[in-house]
Amino acid sequence: MTNLLEMKDLSIDLYRGKKIPPVKLVEGVNLSIRKKQNFGVVGESGCGKSITCSSIMGLLSFPLSVGKGSSIRFLDSEDQEVEIAGLSPAGLRRLRGKEISMIFQEPMTALDPMYTIESQIAEALSFHTRMTKAEIHDAALEMLRKVKIPRPDQILQDYPHHLSGGMLQRVMIAIALINNPRLLIADEPTTALDVTIQAQILDLMNELRESYDTSVIMITHDLGVIAETCEEVAVFYAGQVVEQASVEAIFHETAHPYSAGLLRSVTSLDGAQKELYTIRGAVPTAGNFAPGCRFADRCDRCMDVCRERAPALCEIAPGHLCRCWLHAGGEDEGKGVAV
Amino acid sequence: MSEKKVLVEVQDLRTYFPIQGGLVRKTVGHVHAVEDVSFRIREQETFGLVGESGCGKSTTGRTLLRLIEPTAGKVFFDGEDLCALSKEEMRKKRRDMQLVFQDPYASLNPRMTVRRLLEEPLTTHFSLSPGELSDRVGWIAGAVGLAPEQLERYPHQFSGGQRQRISIARALVTKPRFVVADEPVSALDVSIQAQILNLLMGLQKELKLSYLFISHDLNVVRHISSRVGVMYLGRLVEIGDTEEVYLRPVHPYTQALLSAIPKRDPSEEKKRIHLTGDVPSPANPPKGCAFHDRCPQCMAVCKEEVPPEVEVGPGHKVRCHLCGNR
Repeated sequence: MTNLLEMKDLSIDLYRGKKIPPVKLVEGVNLSIRKKQNFGVVGESGCGKSITCSSIMGLLSFPLSVGKGSSIRFLDSEDQEVEIAGLSPAGLRRLRGKEISMIFQEPMTALDPMYTIESQIAEALSFHTRMTKAEIHDAALEMLRKVKIPRPDQILQDYPHHLSGGMLQRVMIAIALINNPRLLIADEPTTALDVTIQAQILDLMNELRESYDTSVIMITHDLGVIAETCEEVAVFYAGQVVEQASVEAIFHETAHPYSAGLLRSVTSLDGAQKELYTIRGAVPTAGNFAPGCRFADRCDRCMDVCRERAPALCEIAPGHLCRCWLHAGGEDEGKGVAV
Repeated sequence: MSEKKVLVEVQDLRTYFPIQGGLVRKTVGHVHAVEDVSFRIREQETFGLVGESGCGKSTTGRTLLRLIEPTAGKVFFDGEDLCALSKEEMRKKRRDMQLVFQDPYASLNPRMTVRRLLEEPLTTHFSLSPGELSDRVGWIAGAVGLAPEQLERYPHQFSGGQRQRISIARALVTKPRFVVADEPVSALDVSIQAQILNLLMGLQKELKLSYLFISHDLNVVRHISSRVGVMYLGRLVEIGDTEEVYLRPVHPYTQALLSAIPKRDPSEEKKRIHLTGDVPSPANPPKGCAFHDRCPQCMAVCKEEVPPEVEVGPGHKVRCHLCGNR
C-alpha cells in the first residue's frame, strides 16, 4: 500500500432496532489519502462528513457503527498495514494520539476544565512514550513554543478557562501534534473562532504541516478554508461523495450541480445587494432517499434519468470524480468505475 | 439615497456592565461593552455592524431596543427620544421595532405551535378579532414561505432554515418599521444562508423595513448592507458606505479584518496583514486607542490619546491617529 489511508466502500449504519434494517448514513465512500497530502472534506451539516472521519479514529459509538464490507486501511509508522474497521480497543488506543490525532471544533469543550494545560499535554505524551517528568515538561514547553503561544512556561500552569478560544485551539493543535502523528484530522478547527484568529490558526496549521510531514484531513463547511489549505477535495452530499478533484478543478471546472450551487451561493465580495443564488429545498433526511440521484429534487438540471436510477461516481477527467448523470457515460451505481 | 429620512439615530451611546465582587457584591469596576457609539439608520436602509466576538455589536443592538438600559447617550426613533419613554410607552413602541435572534433552536418556545408563536406578538400589541388574527398570521406565513399546514406544527419539526423563517415571521408580524437582525444566518448552512438573506432583502422591499444587521461574517454584511460600521472593543472605529469601506478601508483594524477573510479561490493571491494576540478585555481596555497593542502601525500618540473621529470622505468616518493630519 503506497497511500497512507485507504477507505474502501465505507458505510456507516444507524441502528434502529432488532427487526428493522439500519439506516445507512454514509454509503460507498472510497477515499485515499497520500502521505503529506492535505485533503479537504466539505459539505453541509448532516451530510456525513464528520462521522466518516470519526470512523478513521474508531470513534463511532452506539447506535452508529461501521457497516459490513467496509474497509479502512492505514499505514502506520513502521510501514505496517492496519485494518481499522474491526480493530480491538487496545489496538485503537495504540493508534489514537500517536499515529492519528484529531482537532475538534470547539476547543472550549474539548479540553478538560479540571486539569492544567501541562497535564493535558503530558497525558498524550506519557501514554505513548517512556519519558521522565522533566523530559515531558520540556517537550510540552517546546511544543507550545512551536504553536506560538506567548509566555509558554506560564500558560502550562493555567487551566483552560484562563485562555481564549484561539489560544485553546493552539493548545489542541499542540496536543494533537506532540507525538508527531502521520495523520491529523481537523474537524472544523476554525468554525468557532473569529476571522482574524481563524487566519492565525490556518497559517499556523499550514506552517506546521510543512515541518511535520503530516497528512491533514480538513473537515469544513467553509469553501474559503478549503481554498486556503487543501490540495484535494471531496464534496459530500447526503452521505455520499458527489465530487472529488484537486482544489483548482473543484473551483474552476466544477462538474456536479451541487458543488456548483455551493460555490454560487457563497456571498461574494463583489456582488452587493443582488439576489443570491440559492439551492432550493433542504437536504433529504437519511433513510428517505428516493430511488435516483439524491440531489435530483434540488437540482436545476434534473433529467428524467436522475429520478429513476442512481448515478455512479465516475472519472470524468484524470483525477476528477463526479457522481452525476450529466457527466456519466451511462453507468448505474454499482457498475461504475470503482475508484 | 441619502435623501431618505433618518429613522434611527444613535448619539454617543454607552453601555457599561458593573463587575461585582466580594461578599457584599460591591461594584469593583465596569465592563465597557459599548463606548461612545454614534450612527444613523435611514428609512429602508440596511446598516451593517461587524466585528469580532465580544466587541459589543450585539449589546449595541439590544441597547437600541432598550432591552438593555444605556448608561449614557441617546437613541432617537423617528425623532422621538426612546430613553425618555416610560416602560409602558416603550412597550408600545416595540411593535415598530423588533429583533431576530441568532439561534433559531433556542429562540422559539418548543411548547407552542407555529400559529401560537406568530399570534403571540399580535395579541400583545393589538386587539384583533379571531378572524383578523388568523388573516395576519396567514399573511406573514405566506410572506416568509411557510405552507398553511405547517402552522399547526411545533418548532422541533422544522429544520434550522425553516425555524429561522418562523423567527423572522414572528418579528415581522406586527409590521415593524425597524428590525435588529442579530447574526440571523450565522447558525445556518451556506445554501440555507443564501435563502434567508434573499428572504430578508425581499421583505425589506415589500414591507419598507430598515435593518440593523449584526454579523461577524464580512461577506454577508457586504452583501446586504448599504452602510457599515466596524466595531472594536466597544468602539465604532470606522463607518461609511459599504463599498467605500470594503474597497478603501482606512483604519488598520478594518484592513486587517478584511485581509483575514479566507480567499474564495485557490488561485487568488492574497496579502494578509497579521494581527498578533487577542482582543483585550473590555473590563480593562488599553489606554489611548483601544487597538494600539495589536496595531501594526502603532505610534507614540496612540498609546496616550483616544483618537478623535475624522471624516476622510463623504460619510466615511474613522477613529485613528493616522488620519489626524488630513
